[in-house]
Amino acid sequence: MSEMSIERAASAPTRRGFPLSAYLICAGGIVWREALRFIHQRERFVSALVRPLLWLFIFAAGFRQVLGVSIIAPYQTYILYEVYIAPGLVGMILLFNGMQSSLSMVYDRETGTMKTLLVSPLPRWFLLVSKLFAGVSVGVVQVYVFFGIAWFWEVQPEPLGYLTALPAIVLAGLMLGALGMLLSSLVQQLENFAGVMNFVIFPMYFASSALYPLWRVQESSPLLYRICQLNPFTHAVELVRFALYQQLNLQALAIVAGCTIVFLGGAIVAYDPARGLISRKRQ
Amino acid sequence: MQDGTLTHHEAHGLPALAVERVSHSYGQRKALDDVSFTVPQGSFTALLGPNGAGKSTLFSLITRLFNVRHGSMRILGFDLSADPGEALRRLGVVFQARTLDLDLSITQNLVYHAALHGMPASAARARIAEILATSELRSRLREKARNLSGGQLRSIEIVRAFMHRPRLILLDEPTVGLDIRSRAAILAEVRRLVKDEGVSVLWATHLIDEIDPSDRVVVLHQGKVLAEGLVPDIVAAEGAKTIGDAFTRLTGVRARAIEPEEMRV
Repeated sequence: MSEMSIERAASAPTRRGFPLSAYLICAGGIVWREALRFIHQRERFVSALVRPLLWLFIFAAGFRQVLGVSIIAPYQTYILYEVYIAPGLVGMILLFNGMQSSLSMVYDRETGTMKTLLVSPLPRWFLLVSKLFAGVSVGVVQVYVFFGIAWFWEVQPEPLGYLTALPAIVLAGLMLGALGMLLSSLVQQLENFAGVMNFVIFPMYFASSALYPLWRVQESSPLLYRICQLNPFTHAVELVRFALYQQLNLQALAIVAGCTIVFLGGAIVAYDPARGLISRKRQ
Repeated sequence: MQDGTLTHHEAHGLPALAVERVSHSYGQRKALDDVSFTVPQGSFTALLGPNGAGKSTLFSLITRLFNVRHGSMRILGFDLSADPGEALRRLGVVFQARTLDLDLSITQNLVYHAALHGMPASAARARIAEILATSELRSRLREKARNLSGGQLRSIEIVRAFMHRPRLILLDEPTVGLDIRSRAAILAEVRRLVKDEGVSVLWATHLIDEIDPSDRVVVLHQGKVLAEGLVPDIVAAEGAKTIGDAFTRLTGVRARAIEPEEMRV
């Protein structure tokens, strides 16, 4: 290609800039690599699916007798507990996927693949956003495979709901992926991922509306109710829940979009060599 | 001298890499102390220094993993801090640690790297064929990187560094951990590519026998540049017989020819 042509030693180097095609090829390459890695790691795919299915098949079956779900928005009738937790489990898939991408960023940083990514001449924010989209696209595939299986388990929203849920799923994935990316810039070593599980994934998951409606939580503990409301994961789940029934939860949308911007901005700052945290650390 | 409006005369003398008064610290420890040197276009410049001299820090700065806080670095006139995109597109790097994705094939690794530089897959494949035209690795492109030996992986990383036709190649101790035969092969391959493509090379090493009498050498020790110039000039300036002697006189460290592990073999 012409813009890549050789500069002869004696000729003056000129600033050539980067055409739009260079950005597209770069982003495409990052997504393609993430997809290849995902295909090669079959265990990751299987465990990513088994986890929510165990919750759906076993936990929900046991719980449905204990917990009655009354009619709350966006549902118009009494629903099975399985139906209630399906959006929460979608959130769980995206949460694990986002954190797993964070794990891969830490891993990448240790093995050096992060170095090769960051010496790309394209702007660093663009590389990080591409990486984020790559992680989310893998997450979206997992979510729809889960929907496919859950359909046989009486989780059957209207077909159009699957389509309207897509933007919500992508946005929720972006928020959780951006959070993971921010964490990856702060977590020093690979081993610390166990800490991320304990201190990020589990608290976010349990202190949310993923497993139980918040009015139930409010009855038992007003404090926990406040915490659940402050948890961005709650709003990610609600955004998906409403979208799955072709409704827009504006409050959830605003909070999820806002958190995405904050987390992503933080990650871009953290990976910027000028202000970044990577240079503050020992090698 | 920083933008595209250079006269022919200025461009001709423009170094591939110009490091000017660069210092870098980790907390209290000063890893680089007022370091200046150049890599002229078309030269093979060896950055010679014992372990801990500051070579890796220098490479982290040139590749923008860390920001240059004191001093400046320019690649073909483009300042790394002010114009990182134009500087980095002219740079190819071979890191000391292995950075290929072992689960992907050789071609996939190389095409991915080319994409990071905005190069489409078709152009990348043509470029791979061009670089590996005479190499036996050509027949193994579809294999997973995991199946290759250490020396072969290094060769592929060198191909990767050349993919986007950079003007300056950086190699950080590229022969560490390789046996003597692979080391010689890697060195010969890089020298061939330098000749064929007319690129400039900065080759970091602590091994004196990787240096050819026609090379330029920058001696780095404890974060400072102690000598810079052509091998015969440095040898003469120190009143030494060989570059090894000159290195010992400069640093007080006995020059090493081969890795201790290799001597045991």
